[in-house]
Amino acid sequence: MLDMVLKISLICISIAMLALIYRVIKGPTIPDKVIALDAIGINLVALIALISMLLKTSAFLEVILLVGILAFIGTVAFAKFLEKGEIIERDRNH
Amino acid sequence: MTEIINVFAGIFIAIGALLSLVTALGILRLPDVYTRNHAASKGSTLGVMSVLLGAFLYFYTLDGDYNSRLILAIVFIFITSPVAGHLISRAAYNTGIPMWEKSVLDELKDKEKHEKDGLKREKQ
Repeated sequence: MLDMVLKISLICISIAMLALIYRVIKGPTIPDKVIALDAIGINLVALIALISMLLKTSAFLEVILLVGILAFIGTVAFAKFLEKGEIIERDRNH
Repeated sequence: MTEIINVFAGIFIAIGALLSLVTALGILRLPDVYTRNHAASKGSTLGVMSVLLGAFLYFYTLDGDYNSRLILAIVFIFITSPVAGHLISRAAYNTGIPMWEKSVLDELKDKEKHEKDGLKREKQ
């Protein structure tokens, strides 16, 4: 029963990621693409959790944390690049 | 007892997957960057947190001990995902990406003008 729920959820999240990939390719502005990539990263976390439940192992749970942190850092870096034109500023006095 | 916990885990996982699907629908259908960001940052956060809570309950019944890494992941996503949405939305506004043409009010435009005036007055 739970296996069935897990497989259906896997299909739902896969369809969601396909829609997000459409937005990444088609999206009219750059922040659209960044938002969609961030949502893909977040959905990847759920996908890893579902797969580790289907395989009945808790060995992949570090990957969940890692993907979450990487998605956040990537989005913050890209937001700063879009807003200021550089990610790490040289002149810190203003 | 474990069966009851498994039923709850299944319910949480199904709710999370449906929320992810609804989020993707919102990202496909909504008209501009800000509304799409609204859908993405709220819906996918709650969906993934729900799936991770289901995974936590599942591994709790499977192994008998609880995984603090999953709790940590839930807390981390709950903290960081809205912040990332805010940052990217602010970057979109400051680089001048237009709102939907049917939106009626842009209060931040006047506010930026006020802030510039205040800066000039301070310099004088």
